Parts: sequence; structure tokens; C-alpha cells
Amino acid sequence: MSSPAPKLWGEHGQMLLESANICLANVTAVGCETAKGLVLPGIGGFTVADGSTVKEEDLGNNFFLDASYIGKSKALACMQLLQELNPDVNGDYVDESVDYILANRSNFFDNFDLVIASNLNEQTLISLSNRLWESNVPLLYCRSLGMLGTIRLQIKEHCIVEAHPDNRQFDLRLEHPFETLREHLESTEVTSKVPWLLVLYKYLKVWQKQQDGDQKAPKNYKEKLALKELIEKEMKADEENHEEAIKAVNTAFGAGRVSSDLKAIFNDDACEQLNKKSNPFWIMAKALKHFVTEENNGYVPLPGVLPDMTANTESYIALQHVYRQQALHDADQVYHKCQDYLKQLSLPVDSIDERSVRLLCREAAGLAVIRGTRIADEYEKSCRLQPLVEDNELQGTLTAYNFALRAYERFLCECGNIPGECTVEQDIGRLKSIASKMLNDLGMHATISNDVLHEICRFGGAELHAVSAFIGGCAAQEVIKIITKQYKPIDNTFIYNAVTTESVTLKL
Amino acid sequence: MSVASPNPALALQSKRWNGLRHLLEREGPFCKGDFSPSPDNLEFLQTKCKVLVIGAGGLGCELLKDLALVGFGDLHVIDMDTIELSNLNRQFLFRRSDIGASKAECAARFINGRVPTCRVTPHFKRIQDFDETFYSQFHLIVCGLDSIVARRWINGMLLSMLRYEDGSIDVSSIVPMIDGGTEGFKGNARVILPGFTACIECTLDLFPPQVNYPLCTIANTPRLPEHCIEYVKLIQWDKESPFNSVPLDGDDPQHIGWIYERSLERASEFNITGITYRLVQGVIKHIIPAVASTNAVIAAACALEVFKLATSCYDSMANYLNFNDLDGIYTYTYEAEKSETCLACSNTPQLLPIEDPNTTTLEDVIKLLCESAKYQLKSPALTTVTKEGKQKTLYLGTVKSIEQATRKNLTQSLGELGLEDGQQLTVTDITSPTAITLQLKYQANEVEMI
Repeated sequence: MSSPAPKLWGEHGQMLLESANICLANVTAVGCETAKGLVLPGIGGFTVADGSTVKEEDLGNNFFLDASYIGKSKALACMQLLQELNPDVNGDYVDESVDYILANRSNFFDNFDLVIASNLNEQTLISLSNRLWESNVPLLYCRSLGMLGTIRLQIKEHCIVEAHPDNRQFDLRLEHPFETLREHLESTEVTSKVPWLLVLYKYLKVWQKQQDGDQKAPKNYKEKLALKELIEKEMKADEENHEEAIKAVNTAFGAGRVSSDLKAIFNDDACEQLNKKSNPFWIMAKALKHFVTEENNGYVPLPGVLPDMTANTESYIALQHVYRQQALHDADQVYHKCQDYLKQLSLPVDSIDERSVRLLCREAAGLAVIRGTRIADEYEKSCRLQPLVEDNELQGTLTAYNFALRAYERFLCECGNIPGECTVEQDIGRLKSIASKMLNDLGMHATISNDVLHEICRFGGAELHAVSAFIGGCAAQEVIKIITKQYKPIDNTFIYNAVTTESVTLKL
Repeated sequence: MSVASPNPALALQSKRWNGLRHLLEREGPFCKGDFSPSPDNLEFLQTKCKVLVIGAGGLGCELLKDLALVGFGDLHVIDMDTIELSNLNRQFLFRRSDIGASKAECAARFINGRVPTCRVTPHFKRIQDFDETFYSQFHLIVCGLDSIVARRWINGMLLSMLRYEDGSIDVSSIVPMIDGGTEGFKGNARVILPGFTACIECTLDLFPPQVNYPLCTIANTPRLPEHCIEYVKLIQWDKESPFNSVPLDGDDPQHIGWIYERSLERASEFNITGITYRLVQGVIKHIIPAVASTNAVIAAACALEVFKLATSCYDSMANYLNFNDLDGIYTYTYEAEKSETCLACSNTPQLLPIEDPNTTTLEDVIKLLCESAKYQLKSPALTTVTKEGKQKTLYLGTVKSIEQATRKNLTQSLGELGLEDGQQLTVTDITSPTAITLQLKYQANEVEMI
């Protein structure tokens, strides 16, 4: 299908998406909206699991059910109506509930690339999340209730090469030019036709001479201003490249060093201790570390990407050539180190290709690893909620809503009905005692306001389609990030309140 | 005049609305002060409330679905476009067999079939084909547009519908506008109460003027693959007139193929790399990469605001939501401020400062109106009323004979044209359905006074 989307995650990302197989556990509006956001851009396949049949009340909020399916399998109905969106996608279904599958053939989930689940009760949620944690299958759990929505990502380890930062800093190395760059800069005459980079280098040299110490580049406002003035003083009328050089003073320096995130990756056990089962990411990361610390004076490989600069074609292309050659050279060194490691581990040398290494080198400054937590751990005393709740204050925050939704899920198990389905007043009290007990069990003395519990009971279990569409859209994009290993997903809980149009992300 | 949904009595009793009823028939601690829980709320959504959706593209398809499933029974949709293959990966109401058909009609047919409690009326037309009598029949208008000009035009239409009594707005003349926009993984949604909160023109600087590559770069010193593609598109196509001199059609694969081949040649001549077929498509069609998920999120945020306004169940968002999910998921809601000097909604003529009327030409003024972030007009036509009370056209570029007659004015200074300090100019442009009035303010006077 002709699609502009690969522009955002590339052909290689699209290939990963097209070979991915996901499971939609429990048919809800939010689950179906998530699946829609994956079927449209062409996910490989999806399997719907749900043991119930379509009832009239299901039609009100779910676009992927209709009256012709009333009394028939809900899994079948939504699979067929979702598949209609894109004939290239494989749809499948099982008319069994999550509970039934977990009890009778729990390895069913093991072969999916990711499982999307929604609106479960506490018991089912914990069993499913434990099972998926053990089999190392990422779980995206969504809730949509009334005006509230949440997304919880459970993933053991997620390595991102292409984070696509919004404001990428160009890594130019002017203050520490590599040999071929120095030669090029010093042998090229600075005219009004060359890229600003050459102009800036010329005046940077002048500026460096004026400094007492051995400082390579201006750091603070005053020093940057001095350098700008140096250029301005010598600038003739309408020398566009000089103007661009002045503008570039603020952003041209300082790139290429190892960030704290990258340092953490280098010091990670997975990087230090490679084994036969190591993810190729970690083998490349170790080779990268070797290159940075042993061969490149602490600098990451050169990305070799230049911004556009006003100049004549020849001088721009010549400069671009210098950067690209060095980038290829750096990546080559890293690639050879990868090969060494693969040989040491007795792994096939073609298990990591040059293209992947080049990509990793280009993106070295922005590599990221997320290590997630188990959903079941949120119910333990050592959970991460405690330090997040300052002074035991839960009132008036989105955190309180998230906790109240967990109490709602326990209510479903303990009381056997939906809070507020029939009577609001009575259920507020029952929900309150459940929430208090849960907080108590975690060793927390905070309380959740009656208003929050009242609001939750007022919904009476209603899933509002527009909230499900909001959460489903967000959740679909998170799945695409995980499958394509591009862009950073949430870490790890997103909470949305449609009443106030507010959201927050918590690390639980 | 309101069109009832297919079978309102049946729809209202339907179990399908059990969940929605909880929200509309129960009171709650966070509800808006004047919210009255009642079955009337659902009845209003199903049978009385009339909502117009502008655009049946990526956002429009989502909006129609979202509104139909939160209980709205009477929707209208306007879209002048037909369905293309490249729409199918996000405009989920369309199938391959629909290619070439009207977006508005297909979308309406699909929603009417899937959600029998909703009746969507399609209009396969341009927004400019309708006037005030059409737009004033709606309680609410939601926009899912990719064109800034169209947004500005609708904004101007809704402002022109306001009735003022003793300088204050008659609230019954207000039709709220909810506007959504997306680009890649970023999007925004906003609520505009015309005359009361910031309108599109108040915050025009949120849309940066489009970046175009300078022609001399394209012709003489190309450096990027985009420069080569632009060269072939702007210069080589007209020069070589391929395919029997037809105009370039971005949807014709043969045309894109031709541009791709020529761009490759030009790039290799300059040692430029990075030309791909997809890049050529992107440059030629000005494709803003759109993703299904962002459209879903922004449309949902808009639909929720329509729902809040129509039912009064919660306060509406004040008034601007920014969303992006490049790095995690981020939302930020803030109150965009109404500009007291807004050309569109301030309801008073705005001053146009002129440094020196004897050196400023009419062309300079037109250039300012087009390039300044505050105005961003496209092809303004200027008229004024002379001292003798005569209507005088200063410049009008869209009608050939008038353009020829007024062209000579462009190079004249305002002084030479007899325009005086304080004189009013009436400006019309495709960005607004009504004329705006600008009052000349000569700065030279102030200098003399000091």
C-alpha cells in the first residue's frame, strides 16, 4: 500500500511492523481502537481473544461491532471488521476468555511480539502480566473508564537505536577537528561562497589565540558574544555565510561527547558481559564502547550529517564528502570490533551487518535502553509508588485516579459487580474501603478523596468512545515504537483525564 | 429545519446507550455547575443537536466516528476532495473500491451504515460554496483540515455571524468552533468561542510562514536532493513539456517517475546523493507525513470538547492542547490569549503603521501583508474610499483586466496615490470571507511631533 508513514519510521521500520504478530486480549472499544491504529499502517497479523458474545450494549461505543453480529462471537466480529480496514493484514481469533486461555493453554501468548489487553479485573491482569513477563512478551495494558484513561507498558528490556530526537544537534567537531577535516579547513580559502562552517573555523582559531588558557570553544554567553563580534567585524555587506556563522555560534560546539545515558549503556552488565544469547544491540554497544574509549579519545563515532548551508555546490559537496568519509571510517572500526566479538562468541559473523552498525554509529549520541518493571510489583510493599507520592499526598493528582482504577479492578474481583453499575452511593463506600486497604497494604497512609471515588462510581463501568479513541491512538503509537525499535515509548504509565485535558507519565 | 435521526424513539431506548446514560443522567463532583443530569441530554444529542464536521480526511473520518459513538444523531460533513490510494492507510472509512469517489459521501454512507443511530449528511463541496444561512444552522462546528487558509476562512465566517448589541456580543449568535491539526507525531486541538476566546487570527504566529527554497539556490547552487527535485519541478518541466505539455500531476505515477529520473540526473551532475522516489513524491505533493494514531488522538480530543459543549457535563478545555508522542506521550494545555489588536475578532479597524508614505510603495504594503507573521495574506486586494466619497480600487490581482488597470499603482508611493494618514483601506483575501479594514498610521507625523 502506498503510504507516507515510512517517512517517519523508514522502510526498515515498516518491514519490522509488517512481520509483527500481536494479540488483542479482551474486546473493548479501547482495545479495538488500538488495533485499528496498527491494522491501518499494515501490521503483519493480529489475533483477537475474547470468550463472550456481542450484546446490544456493546454497540454503543465500539465501532468494530455491529447489529448483524448480536449473539455471535465478539472475537470473530471485531476481527472481521478490523481486517476490512486493510486486506494485507492477517486476522485471526479465538473465542476464549483470557482467564480460560491462561488456565488451559497459557503458552498461547508466548509467540506474539506483543499483547494488548484492556479493562481486565485485578486477578486476570496480574496472572496475564506475570505470564508475559516470564515469557518475555511485552504487554501494553489500557484502561478506559468514563472520562479517564491509562496505558501501562510492561517490558523487560527495550533498546532504541533511532530515538529521533526533536531537536537534533549537529555534531561538527570544529573544536576538535579530525585529521582530514583539519586539512580541508586549513587548505580551503574562506570566501563568501563557502559554507559557514569554514567561516566559523577561521574565526574560532583567532578567538582561541586570544584566550589565556587552552580553551577550544566558547562556553558562556560572554565568550560566544566575543566570537560573534570577531566575525561581524570582518564581515562585508551581504555575506550570507558570515551571517549564518554568527547564528551558528550558539549551537555549533560541544557535540560528540558521551552522554550520561550512553555512559549507563556502556556500564550496563549486558554490555560488559556478552554471551552467546546477547542481543546484537549489546554486542554493537560493546564495540562502540571500545571505539570511544580506546580509539577515539572519548568521542562517539562521527555521524557525518551536515545541516544545509548557503554555499556554492562544489564547496558544500566537498565538505560533505569529508564528513561522510570520516563517518564511514569510524563505523568501519566499530564494525570490525563487532566481528571480533562475534568470533569470540562463536556466533556467525553475518549476524550483525554493516548497515546496522552504521546506523548505530550515526545515532550513538542518542541510544537509549529502557528496563521496565512487572505490573505485579506495583502491589508489593517495595513498589515505586511510595517515593512518587510526596508527603503521602494523593489528593488532586492524576496518580490518585490511577490508584483508584486499580481499586476498581479489585472491586470487580471482590464484589462481583461493576462499581456504580446499579447504585452509586453504596459502591462509593465499598470502593473506598478497598482503596484504603490497598494503600495500607503498601504501607502508605495517604487517602483517596471521596470525589475521585464518586466520579469513578458515577461512570458505572461506562467506556466512553472518545476517551477510548484517545487512549487507543496513543497506545497504537507505543506499539509501533516498540515493534520498530524507534522513538522512545512511555516509561511506563500514562494517565489521562479528559475532564481537565491533563496527562502525566509515572514510572511505576 | 433540523433533520431527525432515523428512529429517535427507538434509538433513545436502545441498550446501546446504557453506558453513556450514566454520564448524562447522574450528577458528579466534577461536573459543570449548570449541568442538569437528565434523559433530555441524550435526547438533545440524538435529535436536536446539529454538528458540522469540516473535512472528511484523516481527522474528519475519526471525528465522524467519535461523534456518532458519543451519541450525536445529526451530523453534516463538507469535503470537496475525492479518495486517493494514498489516503487508505489512515482514512479508515474508505476502501480500494472507493477510489475516485467523494470523501464526504463515502464517509457519510459508512457511518450511517455502521451506526444506525446517527444520520450524516454529506456535502461534496467547498466551504466557500456556503454562506451564513448554512453555517448558522449548526450548534457546533468541528474542523479537521490540513489547510490553514480554509481554517482562517471558517474562522472569519463564524466571526462575521456574530451580532453585536450596544458593543457586546449577542451570545445566541455564537457558534463555537473546535479545531484540530496534526503533523507526524505532533498535533493540537483547540476550542474557539468566536468573539470571546482567542481565534485563529489571534494566534496566527503559531503557523510559521512556509519555507521555500530560494530560486537562485535551486537554479545555481543546489546542495540538497530537494533542491534538485524543485529544479526539475519548477524549471525543467515547463522547459521540456513532457507528456504533451500537460500540467504536472502529483498523483500520476508517470509524472513522478519522470521527475525522479531527471532529478537523479541533476543530482549526479552536482555529486548530490539521496534522491529517492519517495522523497520526490513528498516534495512534489508537499506531503505532510500523517499517521493514523495522531489523527485518532487529536480527533478524539476535539470530539470530547464537542461533547462537553453540547451536554454541559464538564467545563470545556481552556483552550489549546498541544500533543506529541515522539518521546513518550506529552500533552500540554494552556490558554491562548485573545489579541486585542486581532484583525478578525477585535471588531475595530486596526492600525497599519507606515514609516514614510513618500517612500513606501503600494507593493511594499502588499508585501508586508503577505510576509508578516501577523497578516500572512495570500493575494490581497485593496480598495479605499476617496475624499470625494468614491470607491477606488488600488490593486486587485485576481481579475486580469483589473490587474492590468491597477498594476501601475504598485510602484507608486502612498503619498503619490493620495492616501492620507488615518485613511482606511479595505482588504479582501482568500483567507477570509469578509473584508478587513486597516487604518493607515503614518509614523512620520509622530517623529515631527517629537
